[in-house]
Amino acid sequence: MTDLLLALVMLINFRLLGSGRIRVIIHTAAFQGVLISAVPLLSGHALSVRLVLLTVGAGLAKGLLIPHLLLRAFANDRVKREVEPPIGYVTSLVLCAAATGLALLVGRNLPIAEGHASVVAVPASLASLFTGLLLLMTRTRAITQATGYLVLENGITIFGLLMVVDVPFFVESSVLLDLVAGVFVMVIVMGHLNRTFTSLDTRQLNRLKEE
Amino acid sequence: MLTALLIAPVVAAAAAAVVRSERWRPLVLPALGVAHLALTVGAIATRTRITGANTLQSGLWLRLDAAGSVVLLSLSVLFLLVACYAPAYLRIRSERPNRVIVVCTCLFLCFASLATASQHLGVMWASIEAATLSVTPMIYFNNNPRSLEATWKYLMVGGTGIALALLGTFFLAYSAIAAGDQPSMTYVDLTASVKSFSPAWLRTAFVLLFVGYGTKMGLAPMHTWKPDTYGETPGMVAALMAGGMTSVAFLALMRVVGVMDAAGLGDFARSLLVFMGLLSMVWAAAFMVRQTDLKRMLAYSSVEHMGILIVGLGLGPVALPLVLLHVIGNAIAKASVFLSVGNIRRVFATGSVPGLSGAIRRVPVSAILLLLGFLAATGSPPFSLFLSEFGMVRVAMVSGQWWTAGVFLLALALVFVGFSQTLLQAIFGEPPKDDAPVFRDTWRTTAVPAVGLALVLVLGLWIPAPLQALFTEAQASAQQRSGLTAIPAADASQGQVAP
Repeated sequence: MTDLLLALVMLINFRLLGSGRIRVIIHTAAFQGVLISAVPLLSGHALSVRLVLLTVGAGLAKGLLIPHLLLRAFANDRVKREVEPPIGYVTSLVLCAAATGLALLVGRNLPIAEGHASVVAVPASLASLFTGLLLLMTRTRAITQATGYLVLENGITIFGLLMVVDVPFFVESSVLLDLVAGVFVMVIVMGHLNRTFTSLDTRQLNRLKEE
Repeated sequence: MLTALLIAPVVAAAAAAVVRSERWRPLVLPALGVAHLALTVGAIATRTRITGANTLQSGLWLRLDAAGSVVLLSLSVLFLLVACYAPAYLRIRSERPNRVIVVCTCLFLCFASLATASQHLGVMWASIEAATLSVTPMIYFNNNPRSLEATWKYLMVGGTGIALALLGTFFLAYSAIAAGDQPSMTYVDLTASVKSFSPAWLRTAFVLLFVGYGTKMGLAPMHTWKPDTYGETPGMVAALMAGGMTSVAFLALMRVVGVMDAAGLGDFARSLLVFMGLLSMVWAAAFMVRQTDLKRMLAYSSVEHMGILIVGLGLGPVALPLVLLHVIGNAIAKASVFLSVGNIRRVFATGSVPGLSGAIRRVPVSAILLLLGFLAATGSPPFSLFLSEFGMVRVAMVSGQWWTAGVFLLALALVFVGFSQTLLQAIFGEPPKDDAPVFRDTWRTTAVPAVGLALVLVLGLWIPAPLQALFTEAQASAQQRSGLTAIPAADASQGQVAP
């Protein structure tokens, strides 16, 4: 079951990179986040209040709260899709395929503890990490970049799932809080960007450089 | 005491959020600064020492160790200086609302203090991330296109960096699981049990943590956010970031290196540290040579100082007292220089030469303070940074690392030349005729940088015994971790930073 979910997560990466419609990207990233949040519940750990709380909390944050924040920022942006990303969609998809393959290889070579979670966890984590980075670096709209950050964080969360039972509740929840606060700050800054530059095209952010 | 230390900034932040008067609100900062310094001194004086793995202590997440105490102390002094400057600055900038900046400054102090006391790498990560987020809204205080661009870049680069640090933290925990151990991320437990962890995971974890916290510190080549951010943000914010944020991230790296030491991977870590540290120094020097913007110049100077710290860390426990002295010196000197530059920047239409020229005729006190601050920041005697920098060179030479010492000295010389070219013109050049200065030096804006410089000067001549004791204790525990139980007699003298 876990393997299936994580395989789905890896497929979602392709959807994220293949689309230029920002609304789709936000929804897809949210869906990915919810899937990942559900993994600990389905991977055969003993049910506990702590586990349920974390799952529900992460699911709500990644599935509702964060997408809601991003969509609100998106509503103020006049341009509804990605414009001429410096690395095109096809190239992105090819890169993502290559990275996924590489991640599968790397995952096979790193020593994974016996009987731990899933064989796909490390590859899925690395592949999502790469997808996030690609979105962050090669897209031109501020919202897509913020969503890329979210996908990057998703990738890291998958890795964290390998030891969800071992990480203290306080740490898990503060990581989640930091993520929500981070997106919140990004959305506020996007609001200012939108007012000052009248759009969220980050290519306008080119004033600061070494002469 | 520690709890009070963490609660005080939150109370101050709440107070600042509630106070309605733009004029009175900034006064929360000096009040908090005084309280925080008093509590810091109290917490350090009453702290119990952490010795080895101990079941009673291993579960504790918050505890001041020697290195954490030094960073906390430098943070607290830095904050007090900035806090005393803030009301005057915010009065001058009364056209901008100051609620956000005051509240965020308080929150930053809270999270940064939490980071210095956290003995749990996960808590440390969370508090550094929170400190980063609380700094972000301050960067665009000016709310113009340039400062917003800087903020966005900081968010993206810093966010990626801190995310990699989280992944590194997870890798570190997983290196225990991969070896069939129970992971505990408390520092004491980690250093006690890390020997049996999987080295492959540990090495990867170290690289990720280095890149992550290195981005936060602004080490080259992850420093790209630094000139943009420091260049566009008010001097007081840049001072907090260059002296506080970076020191806290450095403390995180010190802890990680301690773990690597305990794992027997210290040599691997140190060779990477020395190389990357020197790279930052040379990189910064190269960009300082033709830099015309004063604040960007200071940003590269900060990159250089982070490089120095990393090289010092790479030299091993012998150099640790020098490293800690450098943390304090850098924090206070940076605050002083950023505030002086802020004063000077205000009386010119531009922040870079040749438009900014002849400051000594317009704001003579600030100009002289900047000149002295430049001498302090470039490691000239008798300021404390001279002691720490040249102490490190000596350690490198004594241990036979001639290349390290050579590149280190070369970078210092280049920085001095590059920095002085722009600086001397900014201070002694011909002032532009077209714009008349609106501001003058007042004691409110010059006293703080002057006090900061005096502190760095005093530290260069005399190190108080309690501080020296903290240095020695931090060194002893680092030596214990790296397996050197006895200090060789020849090296013992190197560790002494007393002039």
